[in-house]
Amino acid sequence: MSNNSTAKLMQGNVAIAHGAIAAGCRFFAGYPITPSSEIAEVLSKELPAVDGTFIQMEDEIASIGAVVGASIAGAKSMTATSGPGFSLKQENLGMAVMAEVPLVVVDVQRGGPSTGLPTKGSQGDVMQARWGTHGDHPIIAIAPSSVEECYDMTIRAFNLAEQYRTPVIILTDEIIAHLTEKIEIKPASKIELYNRGKPNVAPEKYLPYKLTESGIPPMANFGEGYRYHITGLVHDETGFPTNDEKEAHRQLMRLNTKFDQHMDSILDYEEINTKNMDLLLVSYGAPARSAKRAMKIMQKQGVNAGYLRLKTIWPFATDKIKKLSRKVDTIIVPEMNLGQIAGEIERYIPDNTEIIRVNHVNGEAIKPQEIVNAMIKKD
Amino acid sequence: MDYLQYLRKDKMPHIWCDGCGNGIILKAIIRAVDKLGWKKDDIALVSGIGCSGRTPGYVDFNTLHTTHGRALSFSTGIKLAKPNMHLIVVSGDGDATAIGGNHFIHAARRNIDLNLIVFNNYIYGMTGGQASPTTPTGKFASTTPYGNPDSPFHISELAKAAGASYVARTTTYHTAKMDRYMQQAFQNKGFSVVEILTMCPTSYGRANKETGETGVEMLSFQKENSISLEKAKEMDEEEIKGKFVTGVYIDRDKPSYLENYQEIKDKANN
Ligand SMILES: Cc1ncc(C[n+]2csc(CCOP(=O)(O)OP(=O)(O)O)c2C)c(N)n1
Ligand code: SF4
Repeated sequence: MSNNSTAKLMQGNVAIAHGAIAAGCRFFAGYPITPSSEIAEVLSKELPAVDGTFIQMEDEIASIGAVVGASIAGAKSMTATSGPGFSLKQENLGMAVMAEVPLVVVDVQRGGPSTGLPTKGSQGDVMQARWGTHGDHPIIAIAPSSVEECYDMTIRAFNLAEQYRTPVIILTDEIIAHLTEKIEIKPASKIELYNRGKPNVAPEKYLPYKLTESGIPPMANFGEGYRYHITGLVHDETGFPTNDEKEAHRQLMRLNTKFDQHMDSILDYEEINTKNMDLLLVSYGAPARSAKRAMKIMQKQGVNAGYLRLKTIWPFATDKIKKLSRKVDTIIVPEMNLGQIAGEIERYIPDNTEIIRVNHVNGEAIKPQEIVNAMIKKD
Repeated sequence: MDYLQYLRKDKMPHIWCDGCGNGIILKAIIRAVDKLGWKKDDIALVSGIGCSGRTPGYVDFNTLHTTHGRALSFSTGIKLAKPNMHLIVVSGDGDATAIGGNHFIHAARRNIDLNLIVFNNYIYGMTGGQASPTTPTGKFASTTPYGNPDSPFHISELAKAAGASYVARTTTYHTAKMDRYMQQAFQNKGFSVVEILTMCPTSYGRANKETGETGVEMLSFQKENSISLEKAKEMDEEEIKGKFVTGVYIDRDKPSYLENYQEIKDKANN
């Protein structure tokens, strides 16, 4: 096999499908929905060729159910959908969070609410990704801004899922999903893959939800000699349900803080000119491309603009935002919703730092000049 | 036979009420597994939510307690990822045919290699006795205080019509038949359904005393009001009304989903 990258022209959704195969994904269950369907279509062709399984289920609830089951049986598994389907997946997503089952959910965002704008881009599911399922819970969501990132971030999504025993959401959008551009595909030898930590104790000693130092208990696959119980009910270290308040507190606190000591590895961003700046642009996904252009236009006009692109959306880059916001008095946040991340940023910045929101919910892409104009209007 | 080797003794006592039929079905599942010589490591017992849904917790297999109605979806994933595992799915009448109705008919359509045991007690046991899709018309439940205005599903006919390759129906009274049907179901390739009429004295019995109030009375009622499919064929509709018709509804040779998907893999590799 070659040790060099290969250049290809590829569409965002197609890159996610191929990224999944490269990550070792061997099970996909899905239900068709625009603008995500290409992911299923490509995988229906590719998976059986690598001894994997593609199945089109009867709905999105069944799709994520099958994905949780396949992962419990040891297969790296994924499903893909868009807003309406993402809503249907929420209950079983919560089951996967609670049972700590690694899996990947791709949400190719389209305009909402409801059936909304099926063929147009949006970032309206940012909060759904964070809080869509009920109860306090941790979640990881990452957002690609290019086709190459669709590929690379899908690999990263599987790695994060396996390392931290958690569902990972790829929050992409119709614009990136249907964009075709050149990407460099790394050779397999240069791709680092992680697999879930397996128990190294005898089956009778195995505690599937052990309070370990890393916060991440090892996971046994079904059918491999470790017979244990998995439930969505609050459970103790053994995996069996408990109503004991102390035990429930212990396990739920472990669950809700399990990413804390791994934030450096989970958080990822792109930063440009943030050392000494007068103004900060914060963006993610498709609008981040326009934000980057806007930064360059501003700099040409003599405005010392910095740029922060969130590649990890959840958990939120709280410390980074706190630190950077102290350096500026204005933060511009372009996003294709009515300020879901701007509102989150607002919670962590000094009172005298102003947020300028640049928002679209009509499916139209945000143009660089609009972002520049928003700054000028403020001046 | 030694049931204890299959049970998680430290999880006893179970949560089921006195007179509940769930334990009778659990024992039959264990007998079938024992008879077929299946290894505990190779079995996944999967449930949704309900009193019946608590079954997996008591048995020493790979056990999974999922969300309400979705056990078949999770099981589909397990089976496709590890085709050599034996999948036993347990489900209440509400779990299988109300919230999980869509998964039920599609599992049957696919003829996917899963074994579904439906604990049909005509009621929502866990949540305190509300009406279910199998509560007979006119019967009482906590949400049908004037009698049930709705028409019930016939679970076995539904499974058969939707494409399952093996479907049988019996009651908790008929343990010998239960054993036979479960063994046949477990050996069948494709989707197998065994529907078992079971007792919920706490909710259904109390609200519908004429069909028995205690577990024992309800068992007698099952005995007196069950007829075989063969007998039912000779009776007219009026005579069959109110009877529980038991037997093998279908046992057909039909490619299973796993077999079909193996062909897909072969084509993809050509
Ligand atoms: C999404 C969802 N809706 C409702 C419930 C509440 N619920 C729990 S069990 C149950 C019905 C149980 O009845 P059945 O499936 O017939 O099983 P049984 O308890 O009689 O064995 C319901 C409605 C739930 N757990 N989840
Ligand atoms: S409520 Fe009914 S179904 Fe539930 S355990 Fe009691 S008797 Fe059994």
